[in-house]
Amino acid sequence: MTDQNMMIPVLTKLSALTGALFLLTAFALVVIRQVIACLRIYRFQSFLLALSAVILGYQYFSIHLFVVAAITLAVKSILIPWHIRRTVRHEIYALREISLAINIPTSLLIAVAIAILAYFVASPLLAAAGGGFEKINLPVGLAGLFLGAYTVTVRRMAVPQIIGLLAMENGAFFAGVSIAAGLPLVAELAAAFDILIVAIVTGLLTRMIHERIGTTTVGEMTALREE
Amino acid sequence: MELLYILVITALALGASMIPAGRKFPPAVTFLGALAVFVLSVITAVKTINGGEVVAIKDWLSCDSFGALILLLVAFVGLAAAVFSWGYMAKFVDPGDDRKMRRYYVLYNLFLLSMQAVPILSQVALVWIAVELTTLLSVFLVSFEQTPEALEAAWKYVVLTCMGAAFALFGILVLYWGMSVAADYPFTWAGLMIASPKISPAFLNTAFFFILIGFGTKVGLVPLHTWLPDAHSQAPSPICALLSGIETTAVLYAIMRLLPMFQNGSASYASMWFVIFGLISVGVAAFLLIQAKDYKRLFAFSTVEHMGIILVAAGLGGHDAHFGATLQIVSHTVTKSFCFFAAGATLLATGSREIASVRGLIRTSPSTGVFLTIGGLAISGAPPFAVFLSEFSILKAGIASGQYIVTGLLALFIVIAFFGIMFQINRMVFGKPSTVSSKAAVPMTCIITLILMVIPVILFGLYIPETLLRLLHLAASSLGR
Repeated sequence: MTDQNMMIPVLTKLSALTGALFLLTAFALVVIRQVIACLRIYRFQSFLLALSAVILGYQYFSIHLFVVAAITLAVKSILIPWHIRRTVRHEIYALREISLAINIPTSLLIAVAIAILAYFVASPLLAAAGGGFEKINLPVGLAGLFLGAYTVTVRRMAVPQIIGLLAMENGAFFAGVSIAAGLPLVAELAAAFDILIVAIVTGLLTRMIHERIGTTTVGEMTALREE
Repeated sequence: MELLYILVITALALGASMIPAGRKFPPAVTFLGALAVFVLSVITAVKTINGGEVVAIKDWLSCDSFGALILLLVAFVGLAAAVFSWGYMAKFVDPGDDRKMRRYYVLYNLFLLSMQAVPILSQVALVWIAVELTTLLSVFLVSFEQTPEALEAAWKYVVLTCMGAAFALFGILVLYWGMSVAADYPFTWAGLMIASPKISPAFLNTAFFFILIGFGTKVGLVPLHTWLPDAHSQAPSPICALLSGIETTAVLYAIMRLLPMFQNGSASYASMWFVIFGLISVGVAAFLLIQAKDYKRLFAFSTVEHMGIILVAAGLGGHDAHFGATLQIVSHTVTKSFCFFAAGATLLATGSREIASVRGLIRTSPSTGVFLTIGGLAISGAPPFAVFLSEFSILKAGIASGQYIVTGLLALFIVIAFFGIMFQINRMVFGKPSTVSSKAAVPMTCIITLILMVIPVILFGLYIPETLLRLLHLAASSLGR
């Protein structure tokens, strides 16, 4: 009938593709061994988050979401990776393989289980207010959140742990662009600013640890614990 | 307008601490700023005791009685720690190193600013950001001494609490979703209260659970507490007083704000999880206390215990239990910061953090020994101190409402914790003095802080001023519907 109606199936497909790729990046962060590759994947994941915001913004005629997309691109795909490269150069370019706490096949199996769990957690919410794009964004975002937490837990080096933290926030916002599109813009701006501070603080702390202790395999720091 | 002034004054103190005008300048401006903020917080609190709100900017900056109570406590500990820092940091920072001194006070004021923002902000999404900022701005205070242990503690602190923050963020987004589906209100605490009956339980429960887990990490609920004893023991002592005394409570405030959104009182989903997490925290902390080897860690575990007690009290339901919870918030904040000041004085007097190497403190440094004994007795809940009164009123409310099993377990764990703390403190204060003791005089400002702080620690156990009592009752009734 009109262009708008013609666009909807295309948008849905595009949105599904974005969601699938987002999930894939979340899995990749769990197992990819090279630190620099982790950082690149994080950049790509942030780009997908921005893309999803653009798709939803087009669908809902929301300028607001376009602004969110622009902020996401600027902060998460450009500023944060630039800052991490600058502060922890030694670790990024060391190209060392990371010693994971759990081997890769087992880790992937656990990751799949976590993704399924995310769908279970999301289903009662979708049943209560099942709409259009939430069906993709909510479970995928939740899986991104959980997989990010899992990444932080199994990674033992500082930079992959930082990226895991940032990926968790990406996951929450991937769900957020579909479910909380009307959040005040001030809050969105402040959240982007906040994530930038997370990256700055953890980056500086990593550098301090490197200078003081000589290693950034933070998983091996166990001076403090109960006997 | 007080609320705006509070934030502006702290920001000014922050800016002034950066000015290189000698070693005494940053502590002096920080003290003056904290004093002004304390006076303004008292005015704010007094204005709310008629049941109204103090509004600076509608829907953005406002304080009801519960918020004013937390703000008052932030200002109180902020002031006390500023006085204590004056002498304490002078001992810890090398005489020529003015830059390090300025850095400390800049971070100190930033940290205070973020904690003041938590009760003042009324937009829920912005409260999340303020809570996240309390972590991010205090990381370099935890790592301030730059020892490998302090850096390790700071790393665990930032990673675990940021993980928690991401979960809480998702919870808040779901809460917003639920609200936007149901009705069109501003996304503030007050708006949520009005909208909550219309929000579908699926949203409320999921949002609540994510926020409880997320913010619970920062409060130190077992099993999410593993970073807490590290961070709360490695930071400089005045910072420990802020972290343990008020930062945990300020975040707990954000969780407790969700409680009145649930209908049917003590049988609700929220109350159930409050009681479960609370009891586990109290129980586990009570046993961890016994085997602590570092006295600052001992007090940190005690914080986990007290957070659990407050959660259980909030979960028990009914005005009396809620009043117990608010009273416990006040008594814990006052007493725990006193304990960390006493621990800081002990560290100065003995040069050791280990319980095993401190013996006979009452003979080697009598004043420190007395303060540490009072701190130990007060925080473990001996009469006639403030914590005794609040714990007693919680247990009484529990029995009166017929929840015998929960109350019984709570009482048992409190008793275990009491013996755990007293056993350790007793060994440190009495017993044979250790031969090697690197004696350092405790600075005057530290002694003054301890003397002034001991007044509320004892006074609130015997008598609570009428104004404060009304504030506590109002705050308690804002937890129920």
